[in-house]
Amino acid sequence: MEKRTQFPVGWLPYALVAPQLAITIVFFVWPAGQALWQSLLVQDAFGTHTEFVWFENFDVLFADETYIESFKVTAKFSALVAGFGLSISLVLAACCDHVLRGAKAYQTLIIWPYAVAPAIAAVIWAFMFNPTVGILAHGMQLLGYDWNHLLNSGQAMTLVVVSALFKLIPYDFLFFLAGLQSIPKSLIEAAAIDGAGPIRRFFTIAFPLLSPTSFFLLVVNLVYAFFDTFAIIDAATAGGPARSTTILVYKVFHDGFRGMDLGGSAAQSVILMAIVISLTVVQFRFIERKVQY
Amino acid sequence: MKIKNICFAVVASCAFGAGSAQAATEIQWWHSMSGALGERVKEIADGFNASQSAYKVVPVYKGGYADSLTATIAAVRSGKAPHIAQVFEVGTATMMSGGKAIKPVYEVMTQAHEKFDPKAYMPAVTGYYTDTKGRMLSMPFNSSTPVLFYNKDAFKKAGLDPNKPPVTWDQVEETATKVRDAGMACGYTTGWQSWVQLENMSAWHNQEFATKQNGFGGLDTKLVFNTQLLVRHIAKLSSWVKAGLFTYAGRSNQPEAKFYGGDCAMLTSSSAAYANIKKNAKFQFGVSQLPYYEDVKGAPQNSIIGGASLWVMAGKKPAEYKGVAKFFTYMSSPEVQANWHQKTGYVPITKAAYELSKKEGFYEKNPGTDVAIQQLLLKNPTKDSKGIRLGNFVQIRGIIDEELESVWAQKKGPKQALDDAVERGNVELRKFERANKPGKH
Repeated sequence: MEKRTQFPVGWLPYALVAPQLAITIVFFVWPAGQALWQSLLVQDAFGTHTEFVWFENFDVLFADETYIESFKVTAKFSALVAGFGLSISLVLAACCDHVLRGAKAYQTLIIWPYAVAPAIAAVIWAFMFNPTVGILAHGMQLLGYDWNHLLNSGQAMTLVVVSALFKLIPYDFLFFLAGLQSIPKSLIEAAAIDGAGPIRRFFTIAFPLLSPTSFFLLVVNLVYAFFDTFAIIDAATAGGPARSTTILVYKVFHDGFRGMDLGGSAAQSVILMAIVISLTVVQFRFIERKVQY
Repeated sequence: MKIKNICFAVVASCAFGAGSAQAATEIQWWHSMSGALGERVKEIADGFNASQSAYKVVPVYKGGYADSLTATIAAVRSGKAPHIAQVFEVGTATMMSGGKAIKPVYEVMTQAHEKFDPKAYMPAVTGYYTDTKGRMLSMPFNSSTPVLFYNKDAFKKAGLDPNKPPVTWDQVEETATKVRDAGMACGYTTGWQSWVQLENMSAWHNQEFATKQNGFGGLDTKLVFNTQLLVRHIAKLSSWVKAGLFTYAGRSNQPEAKFYGGDCAMLTSSSAAYANIKKNAKFQFGVSQLPYYEDVKGAPQNSIIGGASLWVMAGKKPAEYKGVAKFFTYMSSPEVQANWHQKTGYVPITKAAYELSKKEGFYEKNPGTDVAIQQLLLKNPTKDSKGIRLGNFVQIRGIIDEELESVWAQKKGPKQALDDAVERGNVELRKFERANKPGKH
């Protein structure tokens, strides 16, 4: 029988978690509560008159075409970011795993961009792609391709996806590489003796064994695309042209802090909150169980 | 012993520091002027502080216009507002709806018994910031108006007279065509498209932009800029995009780089771009009046301003307001204004400063710098040309930008885009009206 140690319950455990609880309450629960409350109010910018309106802000929001559009933009953006992020970094990791000489140098170079702050990464890319002075835009114009992400929504989306990937790939790469290196050599060697080529070995052995890592990264990448790319959007396109890169989190900022529509902005963040909660539930309830470890 | 000495010194210096701060009443001034403009702002504050000892104005840079407006609002909500806040023109309605949060400038001046003559100011400048009774709500600070910049060297190359810039939009078209045929990639570009091509084009042709005197008359205003004139104008520009005469290069001042970089031969943008163009252009350039349509009756009327004004926040002590009033008087003096105008390219806020600059021979030495003022003074502002005051104007400008971009990308027709902009903009106006019911304080 398992032996369990029992501690007498006193004040100590509560005192030990108290700081963590205090931080959670002050920085998470309280602001979230305020957002919930604010989402039920209509208020002018200075807060001189306030009216409690129940769910009017939500009604307005869902009647707003641009909000629905922002959902679509977010879906497209996060699918592109997560899709390309996972596949490119997996290819890079698989290649790096096979490199014999100078592997550390490759790894270091690939991980490097992770140290760049998102806003700076976006400014770098936006500058290189700037239709007037950008070196890449200039190069493309020389090749006869008219690059102007200020006007072309597809190009603007490309720009923010590239900037986001620049930051994301190193992170994914690290996890994939670690995952690949932890696969037992004996399995790979056995498959090699049975006559499986490198590609076959990758798809039948390495890839399935990486599935926990992949699912973890999928959720992390989605969260990244949903929330952490704010700085990139703000610095590179400011949501334009014609809202084609206005993702949900950018719209919250724009409506709240540029448009001073506090109630509407709070309602949007409440909806975002619900999305995060459901993403987390999905991750723990369904995906984690189905993944083969 | 040594420690004791240090302690004494620290205490003494603290006491002294506090003492000297108490002697002069401190006045916080939040602004958005970065770089060289920020230095000019400091110059004005320093000049005022040196001119007397009772008050000390402390300018604080609070980020760009949008950021500093957000900061000001947050400060008001937490009871830590500055005395003076610089707010851009599209934030005017937001500030006015602040009600108890702000103190109108005319009130500040009369309560402080400061000599104050609203007529000394330029009507086209102050008009933007006065209420329907003609009372000044905020103090204009940095104001500019759109003008036409053109590349004289490019004109010469295309066989055009560099001293005869186009006056009407039809002439702009001819000129752009000739310049393009002479091998230039871009004939014309524009900064601040909503401000220049819609807001100013309406005023310049004395046409209504929004009902209720462009929003001055109440929050229940409606946008009406989908007029024949503007549809025609946007259609013209759109056809220029197709013909390669007009290149769109961004919503704010980014297109200016296309001009001084030598890509575009003509640019309509803020007159305050002058300094930057002068610094960067490696060619001769000229400044000229905003083009117009000659078949529209009454055109050109007068153009309207952009820029920012200084708002006084409520809830301060009377002594502090006295200092604010004294500072405004100092700031409006012809010398200070002329200096600010000549160094920055913004228009002076008083007529006396304009006269002074004239007397000093500034415009002869710097041809083109008076175009903006002449445009503003061209005629007495009418109800349609004294300015535009809309709630949620930041969003409305964003909507206009989006709709215009879809025209330039040839995704929408000009009429459709302007109709949509009006419809979507009106939703924003109703939202603002809903959150700021007048008289419901």
